[in-house]
Amino acid sequence: MAQQTGEFFLEARGVNKKFGAVTAASDINVGITQHSVVGLIGSNGAGKTTFINMVTGYLKPSSGSILFQGRDITSLIPRQVTNLGICRSFQIPQLFGTMTARQNLRIPVGIGARHPGAQRMTDAQEMATVAAVLERFGLTGCADQVSAQLPEGTRKLLDIAMAMAGNPEILLLDEPTSGVSAEEKFLIMDMVMGALAASRTTVLFVEHDMEIVERYASRVLAFYDGRIIADGNPQTVLTDPEVRRYVIGEHVLGQGHAGGSHA
Amino acid sequence: MNQLLAVIIDGILYSSWLFVIGVGLTLIYGVMRILNVAHGSLYALGAYAGSSLAGYWISHGYPPLGSYAALLVAAILVGLVASPIIERGLLRLVYGKDEVVLVLVTYSVFLILEDLIKLMWGVDPIFVPEPYGLLGSFSVGDLSYPIYSLALVLVSVLAGIGLTYILNYTRQGKILVAVIHDRETAATLGVNVRLVYFLTFTAGAMLAALGGSLTAPTISVQPGIGVEVIVLAFAVVVIGGLGSLGGAALGALIVGMVRSAAVHYVPQVELFSIYVVMALVLIIRPKGLFAVPEARRI
Amino acid sequence: MKRDTTLLIYLPLLVLLLAAGPLLPKWAGFLVNVSLCFGTVVLGMLILMRTGLVSFGQGLYYCLGAYAAGTLDHFFKLSDVPLMILCGTLLSGLVAFGLGFLLARYRDIFFAMLSMAFSMILNGLLVKTSELGSTDGFNVSVHSFAGIALAEQSVRYVTYSTTVTLTVLVGVGVHLYLRSHLGRMAEAVRDNELRLEYMGTSVKRLIHINYVLAAALAGMGGAMMAVTVGHIDPEMAYWTTSGEFVFIAILSGTGSTLAPFLGSTVFETVRSFAYEYSPNTWQMTLGITMLLVILFLPGGLWSMFNRQSGTA
Ligand SMILES: Nc1ncnc2c1ncn2[C@@H]1O[C@H](COP(=O)(O)OP(=O)(O)O)[C@@H](O)[C@H]1O
Ligand SMILES: [Mg+2]
Repeated sequence: MAQQTGEFFLEARGVNKKFGAVTAASDINVGITQHSVVGLIGSNGAGKTTFINMVTGYLKPSSGSILFQGRDITSLIPRQVTNLGICRSFQIPQLFGTMTARQNLRIPVGIGARHPGAQRMTDAQEMATVAAVLERFGLTGCADQVSAQLPEGTRKLLDIAMAMAGNPEILLLDEPTSGVSAEEKFLIMDMVMGALAASRTTVLFVEHDMEIVERYASRVLAFYDGRIIADGNPQTVLTDPEVRRYVIGEHVLGQGHAGGSHA
Repeated sequence: MNQLLAVIIDGILYSSWLFVIGVGLTLIYGVMRILNVAHGSLYALGAYAGSSLAGYWISHGYPPLGSYAALLVAAILVGLVASPIIERGLLRLVYGKDEVVLVLVTYSVFLILEDLIKLMWGVDPIFVPEPYGLLGSFSVGDLSYPIYSLALVLVSVLAGIGLTYILNYTRQGKILVAVIHDRETAATLGVNVRLVYFLTFTAGAMLAALGGSLTAPTISVQPGIGVEVIVLAFAVVVIGGLGSLGGAALGALIVGMVRSAAVHYVPQVELFSIYVVMALVLIIRPKGLFAVPEARRI
Repeated sequence: MKRDTTLLIYLPLLVLLLAAGPLLPKWAGFLVNVSLCFGTVVLGMLILMRTGLVSFGQGLYYCLGAYAAGTLDHFFKLSDVPLMILCGTLLSGLVAFGLGFLLARYRDIFFAMLSMAFSMILNGLLVKTSELGSTDGFNVSVHSFAGIALAEQSVRYVTYSTTVTLTVLVGVGVHLYLRSHLGRMAEAVRDNELRLEYMGTSVKRLIHINYVLAAALAGMGGAMMAVTVGHIDPEMAYWTTSGEFVFIAILSGTGSTLAPFLGSTVFETVRSFAYEYSPNTWQMTLGITMLLVILFLPGGLWSMFNRQSGTA
């Protein structure tokens, strides 16, 4: 499975990560093609966030390398990775807590407008862009509330909106729907994935709800104990016996919805 | 050779003094996350109380050796009086505020105590040198030192060993460590965090006061003696790593030796050699020597 | 768009202070003047605090600015008001540019402590430099304004109006800066550095910029103080001086660029009167004032105005 060619948009080659005795990533080899939408599944502690952290430069792999468009980005720091067009959202929303939702979004919009080569914007244009983003994500109603006081679902959405405001080539979403009510989950995903599909952004998203994975992912990576134990289209991966046992496990028994149902 | 010996002995004596004033500060910071600027004022209070009590004792013709007990009692009294007022009366109201605001609160306490001391003891210097001379002196080679100066060495060693023992081998100490690491969890496990804070502050205050009362016989006690102590104590605990006991010991040793060497070899830099070392240590180890690096998980 | 009330306050303030200058009794003019110098230093601290940093060593730049101004007069006989202030500002900014590479890596109490160490080093150096008067420092006098010689009796008003004008200028400048993209980024640093890095921004660079700005303002305040008071000494770099700046900053609140000037005026007034009427308890008075503010006005004095008018 380890394709050692430079044809992938994003690629991990033999990536390992150890925290003391804990192995959070073990020989990860995976290539992601451009425009694909990849779901990352795995129980808590399986190493999904660690993978995202390594791709985005927050953590250095203990060994192995990460390539973006054929270029080795293993040693870059988050800022540099971001500037290459790789953005992420966070499992725990990372907002500017004392600022309103609007002010939060104004930061990435302002940064974007000041990139070399970007179109300079007047203050009014910046505000209009921010307003449009707020509108698109249904955040207009709470735009002027301090972000620390917003409900979790809204914070999640704002966090994602801020990551998307950077117009990334690749977006990594870490549990975009965790801590959000069941109805809200699909609402959020529809909004986010709709926008991303329109811009044909490459997406990797971590998700525990198999229905959501099936609905949005064109490919699924199943993590277990720092390894990728299955990789393929949702139907194959979600029906894989190992995956059903280690990843979906009690989840299926407990909730009764079949991970392998055919769409 | 003799000079080197003098440097080392002076360094040890000075380090002991620094440890006694630093250890209370680091203890309070470790447990309560408060950088207590008023620590220097507690030192000064100890010095005033110590010289008053020892002076009273001696001037009433009681056995002079008892003046050592007077110094000790003075320090304990300062801790017992100051801690309820400062910790229970004031700090309790501001727990949970920004670390900087807490520094400012204790800075205000420092300002208040500075004047309070003047109101209580006046502005004239006080000398009570008797305890200093009582014990005679000892010599190393042809250098002679008053035996009294060993008192601080003794106290610092006892304080170091005592605190290490309490923290590592007693139930109370383990509770303390639990609070240091995670106060919320400690509280939910039934630890009386309030009491722990109070006792910690009392212990820290007593140590500061003890530093002052033991120093009192060797100096003229006058307004402002606490001001320099504060920065020195800061330097000691920051070099070692805030909140670390071993750090305070190492910090005291480094600062003590550096200053002693500076005094003997390059007196021009004596005043700021300590801060140069402090800056250098922070440059090389941004959180001090004994600090544990903590990575944030996201 | 919201009306910018702050800018509307600055202009009348300038006119008022300039007009009041000749009319004020000597002590009051001096008090205003000194408050504005302190206020300028604290204005710099406000920038840092918006970035989430508190320096316990701003005395370093305050003192450097003052000594730059003093040295010009003392050794080069270039006793020109704007030149002295300019040099003080530049020297502090320059030194901060160098030290900033280092300090931008520090946060919280460690930033505070490392800055304090540097200012204590300067203090120690000055105390041991007899050419600069050691502990006593030296007197600074002023003889000209932009090359125009000043008559003895006009010096006071000239330094006063220079201070007033410059203060208002930097007040407006900082106000505009904080409302700019860069200024908003400063606040973002305080709120969440990680997020900013993940937006492709160098937090270190942002901190560095704000550190230099704060230092330049401290240098300016120090230089203005030197020409105002006519005397400088190493105490300006001692930790208690830096402590006073933090004190005024917390007293003021960070809600507006006007806050530092309000705070420093209150501070200086309380200090002068307390010192005048009860020289043995003035520190106590300040300490109690501070405690009351922290307990009952956690946003600083400025929050009183915020609450009333509802503007941010
Ligand atoms: N910074 C860290 N320090 C130590 N251990 C970590 C760190 N980050 C993650 N781990 C460990 O690595 C493993 C994988 O964690 P993570 O990637 O967060 O899992 P997931 O996101 O799949 O739930 C876990 O055992 C976790 O405890
Ligand atoms: Mg995770």
